[in-house]
Amino acid sequence: MSLFNVFNIAGSAMSAQAQRLNVVASNLANADSTTGPDGQPYKAKQVVFETMQQPGQVGAGVKVTAVVEDNSPMRKVYDPKHPMADQQGYVTLPNVNPVDEMVNMISASRSYQNNVDVLNTSKSMLMKTLTIGQ
Amino acid sequence: MENPGTSMQAITKVVMKGRVLTMGGRIDEMFQFHQVALNLRAARQELIASNIANADTPNYKAKDIDFSSALKGALGGTNATLQLEATAAKHLSGDAGESVMGAPVQYRVPVQPSADGNTVDMDVERAQFADNAMRYEASVRFVSNKAKDVLAALQN
Repeated sequence: MSLFNVFNIAGSAMSAQAQRLNVVASNLANADSTTGPDGQPYKAKQVVFETMQQPGQVGAGVKVTAVVEDNSPMRKVYDPKHPMADQQGYVTLPNVNPVDEMVNMISASRSYQNNVDVLNTSKSMLMKTLTIGQ
Repeated sequence: MENPGTSMQAITKVVMKGRVLTMGGRIDEMFQFHQVALNLRAARQELIASNIANADTPNYKAKDIDFSSALKGALGGTNATLQLEATAAKHLSGDAGESVMGAPVQYRVPVQPSADGNTVDMDVERAQFADNAMRYEASVRFVSNKAKDVLAALQN
């Protein structure tokens, strides 16, 4: 039944977008974390989306295949008074770009809303189908 | 009735049987169009939902079906996919690609292609999704009203 499958598709997209939002939140929260459990500054993370094609079905959901670390250079700020400053007085800060993250957040939130709408529409279609013959 | 000597009772039975059969066939025919249409609408809804779900997936290509030709094909039974004849196990299967109720699934032509190879245009998809849902509900109404008509005819 295709309409029930829409629930799976929209649900997979909602969970993937929620995961993306989660990563954005983590990046923004750690925008100034100069040290982590391994003693290294925090590295920005990104999710990788992939189409999830079920055999025998035309519709396809989406899934997060990996959370990759951003390998762009870290931010260096001259601040000799900082406890994490190196010999030359530079502090290594995470490579999180707050503007990128905000754009990512808005995009994830809009996509999430779209999928909620898809789910609601399909639900009302199914409810209408149940009233056939009444 | 090749034998003119058949009893009256037998004739009425056959006629009654014939009537019942055609009546059942008629009711079936009445609903068949909408049944096929609803199934196709639901399948198309699934396709558009997967387009919306994959709006941020790199290299995803938006898909859809040509509804009117798919409906015509499904009603006329001409949607059957052709298979290549294979005389050995290692011959190519000649798979015609994805299909919905026998109708081929086609890729949308993007108006503004994006750098990541994704061709989902959210405006188009949302519009088509709403349009498809509306038409699905219209079909549901038609079926409902037809069912009411049949019930009214049976009760009087």
